[in-house]
Amino acid sequence: MTLDYEIIGITVLWSFLYLYVIIASIDFGAGFFNFYSKLTGDDNIISPIISRYLNPVWETTNVFFVFFFVGIVGFYPDTAYYLGTTLLLPGSIALILLSIRGAYYAFNSYNTERKLTWDALYGITGLLIPASLSIALVISEGGYIKETAEGIDLMVDELLFSTYGWSVVFLAIISVLYISSGFLTFYAAKAEDKKATDLTRTWYLIWTLPTLVITQFVFLGLRDHNPVHFENAQNYWYLFGLSLLAMLIAVYLIYRRRNYGTAFVMIMLQYGFAFFGYGISKLPYIVYPYIDISTSIVNENMAFALTIVFALGLLLLIPSIVLLARLFLFDKDYVKGNKKY
Amino acid sequence: MDEALIGRTLTGLTLSFHIIFATIGVGVPIIFMVLEFLGIKKQDAHYLTMARRIAKGYTVTVAVGVVTGTIIGLQLSLIWPDFMRLGGQIIALPLFMETFAFFFEAIFLGIYLYTWDRFKNQFNHWLLTIPIVIGSTLSAVFITTVNSFMNTPAGFDFVDGEFLNIDPVAAMLNPSTWVRVFHVVVTAYMTIAFLMATISAVKLLRVKFVEDKEYHKKGLKVMMSIGVITALLTLLAGDFSAKFLHEEQPEKLAAFEWHFETEDRADLVLFGILDEETQEVKYELRIPWVLSILAGNSVDTEVTGLNDIPEDERPPLIIHYFFDLMVFFGTYALGVSIVYFLAKLTKKWTKINEHHPILLYLYALTGPLSFLAIEAGWFLAEMGRQPWIVRGYMRVSDAVTQADGLGITLILFAILYAVLGVTCIYVLVKMFKDKSAEEEKISWYGESGIKAEDGSGGRLLP
Repeated sequence: MTLDYEIIGITVLWSFLYLYVIIASIDFGAGFFNFYSKLTGDDNIISPIISRYLNPVWETTNVFFVFFFVGIVGFYPDTAYYLGTTLLLPGSIALILLSIRGAYYAFNSYNTERKLTWDALYGITGLLIPASLSIALVISEGGYIKETAEGIDLMVDELLFSTYGWSVVFLAIISVLYISSGFLTFYAAKAEDKKATDLTRTWYLIWTLPTLVITQFVFLGLRDHNPVHFENAQNYWYLFGLSLLAMLIAVYLIYRRRNYGTAFVMIMLQYGFAFFGYGISKLPYIVYPYIDISTSIVNENMAFALTIVFALGLLLLIPSIVLLARLFLFDKDYVKGNKKY
Repeated sequence: MDEALIGRTLTGLTLSFHIIFATIGVGVPIIFMVLEFLGIKKQDAHYLTMARRIAKGYTVTVAVGVVTGTIIGLQLSLIWPDFMRLGGQIIALPLFMETFAFFFEAIFLGIYLYTWDRFKNQFNHWLLTIPIVIGSTLSAVFITTVNSFMNTPAGFDFVDGEFLNIDPVAAMLNPSTWVRVFHVVVTAYMTIAFLMATISAVKLLRVKFVEDKEYHKKGLKVMMSIGVITALLTLLAGDFSAKFLHEEQPEKLAAFEWHFETEDRADLVLFGILDEETQEVKYELRIPWVLSILAGNSVDTEVTGLNDIPEDERPPLIIHYFFDLMVFFGTYALGVSIVYFLAKLTKKWTKINEHHPILLYLYALTGPLSFLAIEAGWFLAEMGRQPWIVRGYMRVSDAVTQADGLGITLILFAILYAVLGVTCIYVLVKMFKDKSAEEEKISWYGESGIKAEDGSGGRLLP
């Protein structure tokens, strides 16, 4: 039996990117809502809940991202060349934002008194990071990279005036607020904190409509920008249909104040179906039309070694993550704040 | 400035900033592992408080370490895309493993910091330090194998400009891996032990809270014990390094030592100033025959000179100064830690005890100087493989990105590191300035000193 490395590689990476989207959204959104509630004076209601969740898990969020970009360069080294060259500036800006957020979150959490400016720093950068990272996905659709004799260039003006590009950026920002408010509703309900639940539920319901609208724009933008991909996406219409169905269930449950846990699972499914639908319809290209997974996969020996290490790594990671979740996510006393640390 | 130089400056800047936090990241877990163990074993709340205070400060530095590590991880692809395209074929494996090690550490660190009082049996909490130490040390190990590959490539056949028959494991276990991993890990442990010794010494010199004296003396003793052992291991690692350089990278050793003529009975050159034109060294301290002895344990060892290396493959000669600094600072820390124990042993007769103010000043210098030694050592290692990015196969000037905007990127990152560095110091100073250890001990472990009484014990956050 031969293992099909290119499929293993892309599946693994795409799954990790999906997990990063969910976890980072919760993280970034929570930071933003924390700042927003400070401005509106609701912080005494919600901030303790947010910090109870974020404190033990913030170190892990970043790792999902590192895992993804180390993995993609490992499995498909050409991505380092094409995306590395074109993303020098956008990538550096994303890195700077990511650093400010990560560092100031910790600075503020462990400083003797919290500062509003620091809340603002990590709250606002948290919304800009997904926007800047999503540029990489936009570029991968093709049409923004020009290959010349000297090397490759990013067509910056093309990117700046692209409806598709902007719709993806807004999708990233809105998704962050949507996913994180959904999660915080579940977490606050688990803590049996009625006030906090009401507040987060309102935020969630506010963000449902923009989420629906922006996804339509992304589809329209894609149709104009990369018809081939759009055609291909239609072959997977049922995935996007399931995604919409999951969203409707989630909104219904949260609106009726029931089963917040199930509701959050539905939100995850909503993004899961859409994300994998987008991913599958993109294949075989990682960066259209330069990087095709069947021709740019790393040499066989390395692919084999990476797959083995990945399997062994998961054996180690999954129990550890389960332990982390059991201690800080599903431990009722901890979530309620009754547990001394 | 040409693109390659800007790229090098930016990478160098990121790495010199990151290595401070990376060293802390590798070294500190060992420290709180030892302290917490002592505390539980001796039922002494001083040690437990120490472990906890160090862990608290560590969290802040971890945050900066994580973000700068993320930066360098991506920057490699952004600044050196051709290198990573090649690297993906050969070094992806250790990079991937490093991510796992770091993942493992991050998960358990989160658990460790927030479960001080969750366990009935205190040893269960101590057990959490094991995965943290393993994860952080393995991170260093894997990433050092990548750097070793760049110095001594192995694990492939080079046919017509193509890499064929790639063996990822052989690339990881290239000739310089063992020596360099050993050197990196023990120096990280050593540096952090001395950093903590510096804190104890400074606190003993400038007592703000008189009741903390006992606490800092205990701390100093533990740190000096770890320090002296790791510093001796570092000495050993240095000796291994000289021998491996002689075998594998003679041009690097020759540049360290301003050694121009291939000869046996080669002298070791310390300090001095070089006139590059005439190849004359002035004001140096010359130790006859020692270079040959270092390189091969015998005065008859023939050491390759720079004049036998092609002109365009010679490393910059400035690295000799880094070599001097590294060796001198490392030796200083070793010497001081030995002095500490000598003073301790002989205090009955000499009336100078190990906490004499003059000695405290000497201890206080060990931490910063060890950090400078780390920086000097990395500058030495990295500049010493110039002009190659993968020695013998790919030049730095061929690997740098074609994209515009490197200059502005450099400025932005320089500002970022300045801001992060300053804020990090500010937060750390504030965290410990107005809180005596004794006060924290009582709040965590109660008057009786070991078990929290009112259940408020162990809150990491104010």
